[in-house]
Amino acid sequence: MKGSRLAFAIFLAPVAAWLFLLIVLPHVDLLLMSLRGKDELGERVWTLANYMNFFTEPVYWLTFVRTALYAVITTAITFCIAMPVSFYIAKVARPRVQGALMVLLLLPFWVSELVRVYGWMILLRESGVLNFFLMKLGLTQKPVEMLYTDAAMILGLVYTSMLFMVVPLVSVMDSLDDSLIEAAYDLGAGKWTIWRTIIIPHCKPGITSGAIVVFMLTLGNYLTPNLMGGKNSLWFTEQIYNQFIASFNWNQGSAFGFLLLALSSLIIWLGLKLSRQKLGEVAS
Amino acid sequence: MASDLSVRNLTKRFGEFKAVDEVSFDVPAGSFFSILGPSGCGKTTLLRMVAGFEAQSSGVIEIRGKDMADVAPNRRPVNLVFQHLALFPMMSVAENIAFGLKRRGLKGAEVGRRVEAMLERVGLPGYGPKSVNQLSGGQKQRVAIARCLVLEPSVLLLDEPLGALDLKLREQMKVELKKLQAKVGTTFIYITHDQSEALVMSDRVAVMNRGRFEQIGRPQELYGEPATPFVARFVGENNVWSGEVTASDAAGATIRTDEGFVFKARAKGACAPGGRADLYLRPEAMRIEPREAEGLNTFAVTVKAILFDGANSRLLTVTEQEHELLVSLPQNRRFDHIAPGQRITVGWHPDSGLCFPAMGAS
Amino acid sequence: MIRTLPTSRAYDWSYTAFIVLYFVFLFAPLVVTCVLAFNDSNFPSLPWYGFSLDWFTSPGPERVGIFHDAQNLRAIKTSFTTAVFVSIFSTAVGTLASFLFEQEDFRFKNALYFLMLAPLVIPGVILGISQLLAANSAGTFIDETLGIDVPFLRPSFWLVVLGQFSFITTFVTLVVSARLKKFDRSLEEAALNLGANRFQVIWHITLKFLRPAIVGAGAVAFLMSFENFNTTLFLVGSEPTLPINLYLQVRDGSTPVINAISLLLILGTSLLVLVNLSFSRKKA
Repeated sequence: MKGSRLAFAIFLAPVAAWLFLLIVLPHVDLLLMSLRGKDELGERVWTLANYMNFFTEPVYWLTFVRTALYAVITTAITFCIAMPVSFYIAKVARPRVQGALMVLLLLPFWVSELVRVYGWMILLRESGVLNFFLMKLGLTQKPVEMLYTDAAMILGLVYTSMLFMVVPLVSVMDSLDDSLIEAAYDLGAGKWTIWRTIIIPHCKPGITSGAIVVFMLTLGNYLTPNLMGGKNSLWFTEQIYNQFIASFNWNQGSAFGFLLLALSSLIIWLGLKLSRQKLGEVAS
Repeated sequence: MASDLSVRNLTKRFGEFKAVDEVSFDVPAGSFFSILGPSGCGKTTLLRMVAGFEAQSSGVIEIRGKDMADVAPNRRPVNLVFQHLALFPMMSVAENIAFGLKRRGLKGAEVGRRVEAMLERVGLPGYGPKSVNQLSGGQKQRVAIARCLVLEPSVLLLDEPLGALDLKLREQMKVELKKLQAKVGTTFIYITHDQSEALVMSDRVAVMNRGRFEQIGRPQELYGEPATPFVARFVGENNVWSGEVTASDAAGATIRTDEGFVFKARAKGACAPGGRADLYLRPEAMRIEPREAEGLNTFAVTVKAILFDGANSRLLTVTEQEHELLVSLPQNRRFDHIAPGQRITVGWHPDSGLCFPAMGAS
Repeated sequence: MIRTLPTSRAYDWSYTAFIVLYFVFLFAPLVVTCVLAFNDSNFPSLPWYGFSLDWFTSPGPERVGIFHDAQNLRAIKTSFTTAVFVSIFSTAVGTLASFLFEQEDFRFKNALYFLMLAPLVIPGVILGISQLLAANSAGTFIDETLGIDVPFLRPSFWLVVLGQFSFITTFVTLVVSARLKKFDRSLEEAALNLGANRFQVIWHITLKFLRPAIVGAGAVAFLMSFENFNTTLFLVGSEPTLPINLYLQVRDGSTPVINAISLLLILGTSLLVLVNLSFSRKKA
């Protein structure tokens, strides 16, 4: 439809304002801020010192690497659990049960992340429910501190990310024609070969979008590592928080923020490149 | 002749419902066997039981003399061409065809050689590297068949693979499939609801209805000598009269139709005098304005419309009681003068009409 | 494997067991949280001292139930108001954006579309700090040049609304666009042909068609806003939202009143999700 210019202007103006004022401008500001600092005389100058600090101070870049590594591990574990669950819902469960299972699957994720993390905390901590049962059963004499460990943190991150892997996987598996699996079987393929040659290649788009979203959300998570991780298990977002709120060093915090943004963008770009997809396709 | 497939008293129940009911048949090696029936008659269930994707409730399936009861679908010497073909979209044409060979543990060069030979055989040389989505409907068809044939199965099962094609291509593929089958000599079992597909391609056809086989025979037999009213109705076109049997002897029966015509015809089944019966008559059995009326059943009808369709042209006619009848209209220019509204006489030989005891009466 | 292929008993059994375990994993923290809200104890842990509604209704001073907990009630109210504003703004702008991207053609459309998707891949923490920076820069700039102090550019209620709006609008746009894609443009052309102008067409035809999607997106926006933590953390002023307030309580040691709030949250969100689901089912 050759629309009127007025309609176009009405559509464009708020959208442009939203994207430029709230997305572009703040991130330009973030970049500029990260390049500012004070010299020896206390004058405000352009400098790379904030980035230099990151590379010279081991605790900073170690936290950064640690965060990235754990995000990769979380994504991998999430994928391994989500794959059979999605397959069960999409292909094994009877159609009538399917809808109910899907609703059950989604419900916990609509509840605030804080509530979910809190639930794990009262389950896992020293005076927690799990320890209570372990002692009742006589499996342990003294309560075991399960919270505040890396394992607990990963568990929390996997739990929080699950939905973003399962949903794209279920929808992509739904679109897989059963007769492709039957045909492969009929032509002599076993279970493992069917997974390798038919199901996984078909699910690639879903796997990519799930993995990207899970990785990104894990990387940027603050709540779960902060509440479930140990005292010395620093997450990079906590470094950013410390710089901003505790040390009030906004320039340093901006540099960290920009580095995190760069890392997550790089990984997403790589993921899209490797699977030859477009961001738009993954988003939908 | 040895049977490639032998089915004995095969039954499949879904709860109370019998999808396949005590079916038995043999398929001789190297023949083209079709199962023809309306949708929902159980033919797909039957085929899937042979392939192994459904377990039978009772009965025996033997392939080349071996009982298939405890043989998993991927161990049976049969392959299935799926209704929507189920070509793997994530693989090239060559990879699709090589899939089964690789599963058997064949290695690179040998696989490549066999795939290329197979492509040659189905008339697609050099198509190996193409993506499945680049192929036309007919080409996909051939790849789906090639993918199975390369495994040299004892029996190839085809589940209405022509259903998705448009009419023109379907006509073409019918002939091609028959030629291909003759060339490779593999036993084909083909299921369809399209009688023309079954008649054109098959050596033998089984007509299936409500889980049972109504008749098995050569296409000519089904058309000329239908064993049951269902076959008479389902295979080819037929005009039908209901009426009462007035006399019967070894040569045939005499029937008075409900509109008062008295016809002589051949009797199938028990047509006793006084009983109700249905009379079936092919459109091409009726002759327009017969010169020799001696020994024919003749009557008058009014032409309502001319249904011109080339060699398959017919007249839509009605009797005085508004009973519609189709009459073949030979395209030899003799009947060019016939126009709608005209009254004509038609006649037919008693041998071409078939009387069945009316359904419900037998 | 899929339903039609034969599988061994052991395989079926272990697969089902895996799925059951998965759902236990999914619901354990939520169920434990809810159950412990009713324990007659001062700590959210076992053993079970009996059923009590203290943590809902007790007026204090020893135990303060949620219905008498002024601080938490205020936080709930703040979250609620925030969510109302965010869902209204983001639904409005998101709908305009989907019209812009689905129905208009203009230069740089792809670039703008890419920008619209950007909030999906920017970690929430980064979005929070960059908006904090930008608002601060803008505030300083206005203060220095015009001499006017703009209070909402400092961490405050309205800054939280803006921050959440900036990324929630993207989700609304995607949901509404998906529905708009299915819209038969010939209906619009028919209405134009019958003499309606562009705005009448949109009002009477297109928006009616989009209504289920818009309502659904609005509900999702409300939930996302109500539960947002990462972005809000940096923008919140003297009025904390519920997740922030809960976080502070959980971090500094918890009482079962948090379980009570969690229970209410779980019930509230489940209800909203189920209503929304049945609403969209009926429409579909």
